[in-house]
Amino acid sequence: MIDGLIMIVLILIKLGVIFAVIMTMAAYLVLAERKILARMQLRHGPNRVGPFGMMQPLADVIKLLTKEDFLPDRADKWLFLLAPGMAAVTAILTFAVVPFGPPLQVFGHELPLVVIDLNVGVLYFLGLSSLAVYGVALGGWASNSKYSLLGGIRGLAQLISYELSMGLALVPVVMLARSFSLTDIVLAQQAAPFILVNPLAFLIFLVSVVAESKRTPFDMPEAENELVGGFHTEYSGMRFGLFFVGEYINLVILSSMVTVFFLGGWLGPLLPGVIWFGVKVLALCFFFIWVRGSLPRLRYDQLMHFGWKILLPLALLNVLLTGAVLLWSRT
Amino acid sequence: MSLWRDIKGTLQPFWVTLCNMMRRPVTVQYPEQKQQMAQRYRGRLMLTRDPEGHERCVACHLCSAACPVDCISMQAAEGDDGRRHAAWFRINFTRCIFCGLCTEACPTLAIQVTGEFELAGRDPLKLVWEKDDLLVDHGGHTPDYNFYRQSGVGVAAPRGGLPTETAPVDPKDLMP
Repeated sequence: MIDGLIMIVLILIKLGVIFAVIMTMAAYLVLAERKILARMQLRHGPNRVGPFGMMQPLADVIKLLTKEDFLPDRADKWLFLLAPGMAAVTAILTFAVVPFGPPLQVFGHELPLVVIDLNVGVLYFLGLSSLAVYGVALGGWASNSKYSLLGGIRGLAQLISYELSMGLALVPVVMLARSFSLTDIVLAQQAAPFILVNPLAFLIFLVSVVAESKRTPFDMPEAENELVGGFHTEYSGMRFGLFFVGEYINLVILSSMVTVFFLGGWLGPLLPGVIWFGVKVLALCFFFIWVRGSLPRLRYDQLMHFGWKILLPLALLNVLLTGAVLLWSRT
Repeated sequence: MSLWRDIKGTLQPFWVTLCNMMRRPVTVQYPEQKQQMAQRYRGRLMLTRDPEGHERCVACHLCSAACPVDCISMQAAEGDDGRRHAAWFRINFTRCIFCGLCTEACPTLAIQVTGEFELAGRDPLKLVWEKDDLLVDHGGHTPDYNFYRQSGVGVAAPRGGLPTETAPVDPKDLMP
């Protein structure tokens, strides 16, 4: 009885910590992105609120919360109100399967550092990442505005062109690890992280993940200079904030996914597992910001062309090759 | 080969942005650091005086005619000595775009630009400057120029009042 209670309390604490860490990371990623982008463009970035602008996320949240929650005339009310939640919730839910450290011993209990170790973790991740685009599509459609609609359509068109190659890039990982569980995938990389074993899959997955995060060079759904704000044109206040936070949570999640699938998760010498995991995730986040600072936006026919004619055949070929090598090495 | 060109074109920007990250930002942190303005920077306007300390402005309205945003207005008046001056002179600095066209139009070099540009405030009405606010006690960048010494002042006494003159005609005499 006492054991069960302690376990429940531990799990609740773990959930709270995970939630707090993700939200804080998302908030400070916004600041980090603004600062790093600014430095890449020879500017300072936000540096007025608090020392070095460290309180800027707080100021942003206060601003977003006190703004009017605007509902456009003739918008589809319920879908319009629901869509931002969809974008944020799917992003947060994905983190449930991410193992961010080796199991911990607390009061004689083994506490796995993952919310739930699903045996179909990879599929759960792929499913939720497809669901996430519904937030974009429904938000764009429900706003009853041509810019939003175009943004939503682009979101969907983008989804079908990168989703397949993203899934196919994970097939070699699953073949190598012989499991759909993310914890098993991490443990399978003890000898060498999969980025060294299968660099092609890593590259394909990385490109797909940048497309999944809907950021430059694949930010067609928002495309400020063509579509005003894309799918979130009509949103204001905290509903826009939810889209925004969802995007950055998504960034953290996708970086964790790349870490888990290809960079060996929490595995690493000397430092404890959780710190290794954090370092890898932050490095990938920096990479995403770096990409945004460096590359211009593609046209969306270019993305479709790239996704269908280059990434997909490459991913299929990679699956074939990996299968052949695995078969050959076993005999 | 175009594939090689594409790969190079994709990777090069990353190097450029990384180099820029190491460089010092060019931003001037404005309220704390001030920018050194050019020597002939055209800022807000002023009304200058001639070497004798009189107002140079003769209220000819040329500056307000030249002003592209119509921010200058004035009322002409004539002193006892025949000198023209502005009864009131008003510049609306909420409109002024610091173009300096008024200074080019001014025949007596009365209106001139200063290097000052920090006019921001919370009350727009405080940016409507009257003659007292605009007048300075020096000759600006032409301290020696004295228009009236060259041109002379008009007739000091009332027109037609001298013994050798006939009185001005009253045009309303002709009316039936």
